[in-house]
Amino acid sequence: MAKKFNALIDAMDTFLRTPATITEGRCHVRDAVDMKRIMITVMIALCPALLFGWWNVGYQHFLATGGTTGLWPCLWYGFLKWLPLVIVTYVSGLGVEVLFSQIRKEEVAEGFFVTGFIIPMIMPPDVLLWIVAVATIFAVLFGKEVFGGTGYNFLNPALLARAFVFFAYPSVISGDKVWISGADAITSATPLALAMNGHLEAMPSTWELFLGTIPGCIGETCKIAILLGAAILLFTQVADWRIMLTVLVGGYATALICQAAGLCPIAAHDQLLMGGFLFGAVFMATDPVTAAHTRTGKYIYGMLIGVLAVLIRLLNKGYPEGMMLAILLMNIFAPLIDYCVIQSTINRRQKRLSNRKQKRS
Amino acid sequence: MIKEHLGPLSKDNPVLVQTLGVCSALAVTAQLKPAVVMALSVTVVCACSNFIISLLRNTIPPRIRIIVQLLIVSFFVILVDQVLQAVVYDISKLLSVFVGLIITNCIIMGRLEAFALSHKPLPSLVDGVMNGVGYGLVLVVVAFFRELLGSGTLWNHPVVPESWYAHGYLNNGLMILPPMALILVGTMIWVKNWKTERR
Repeated sequence: MAKKFNALIDAMDTFLRTPATITEGRCHVRDAVDMKRIMITVMIALCPALLFGWWNVGYQHFLATGGTTGLWPCLWYGFLKWLPLVIVTYVSGLGVEVLFSQIRKEEVAEGFFVTGFIIPMIMPPDVLLWIVAVATIFAVLFGKEVFGGTGYNFLNPALLARAFVFFAYPSVISGDKVWISGADAITSATPLALAMNGHLEAMPSTWELFLGTIPGCIGETCKIAILLGAAILLFTQVADWRIMLTVLVGGYATALICQAAGLCPIAAHDQLLMGGFLFGAVFMATDPVTAAHTRTGKYIYGMLIGVLAVLIRLLNKGYPEGMMLAILLMNIFAPLIDYCVIQSTINRRQKRLSNRKQKRS
Repeated sequence: MIKEHLGPLSKDNPVLVQTLGVCSALAVTAQLKPAVVMALSVTVVCACSNFIISLLRNTIPPRIRIIVQLLIVSFFVILVDQVLQAVVYDISKLLSVFVGLIITNCIIMGRLEAFALSHKPLPSLVDGVMNGVGYGLVLVVVAFFRELLGSGTLWNHPVVPESWYAHGYLNNGLMILPPMALILVGTMIWVKNWKTERR
């Protein structure tokens, strides 16, 4: 019995307790950082955005329905909205993971803990629970397990889950509408849609965008909380600053050019504060498994994400949230970028070597 | 002998094992009806051209055999196209260019080259039918899931009860799009490989 469910028991054991197994023999690397610690660091970094998200879901709800907007009722309302989402995500996602570990007779990897944490944060608060379950199962199955599990996925599973909902159930998460949690699901146009259609006066101010007191997904609205998370990730060196920086630079430069060309009716810095751009730049693009691995590759990868995200937003009215599509697209290209960077390095060194040989002879 | 001809249904399936004819498998499988019609058309073309080529196999000069094969295949494709337009006009509209593109279906050319040119007419006919059916099976399975989950219908009859929709069930829009067909075919290949490995 114990042997049959080895994967599950092992997963619970390592999750709840510190494993007693230690490295035997002489080892050179002394470091406490393992996958579990990296995952937990990311989860801690997500917490500020999550806490604010709870409050904001409640705040927007009471603002729309006309209730009290006190701190605790708002927090509690948002928490109750978030709790079923996160439970459904973990049960469905971990179910698939455990099933596959069981079949493959491997340990359950910790990868899903962060994925399952992020998925509820990038869904609209009123999304139907079965849709979340289907999307999570799809993302884990076709984004990860098909290719061999955690560490072998070339797409970010959390983003894949969102992309699945986006394409499969467009009425739920169409992208040009935002969601205010409430009984009759009030929807209004997103800031970006407002700006593109020329309703500049109805758009929230830069300060509101930055502070995050606007309707949106649970995790993406408050830019201060996201920056706090970014600080944690950078300080612990879990995420790479190169990717974060180049995404922002690429996005800002493209927004500036588009503004100069008359394509973008709003200020370039507002572009970076809108929607999921910053959340994507900090938590999604930097995913160490799916990002480019070489140093030069990271600059190219990040830059292209920023450029593409703003271009998709501005040029394609059908897909207002370009960040998700830009990151997924670049995830696919990341191995190619790495390959080109490594090949060019090899070629350069080979040339140098042959030059030196020629000089000698 | 019989076992050999049953190969295309499972262990030598033209789509799942040889990954031929995937293009049309993605294009026409959004609904069950056009998928079945397409499967029948390919089966007829494959069987007939296999038969004719096999009859001519000793008289076709090897150097120009591809041209002769193309001529015969396109003859049957035009025939099938005309019949479809006469009998089931709306479905032939739905299939549009993909009936004409049967000419380029690798399964048919593959069977002509690999089987009909070196076998007697009757076995060639059977081989053509079986490969068409093997292709058709994949088409029908993919179309079944795509129509059921994507439109909530089967053979244009609604099968998902209204009460489900009232309780918040939604059709999966991704199923209608060709990428999902590719994922479904991929899943079938995955399951097939897994079964073969276990054997």
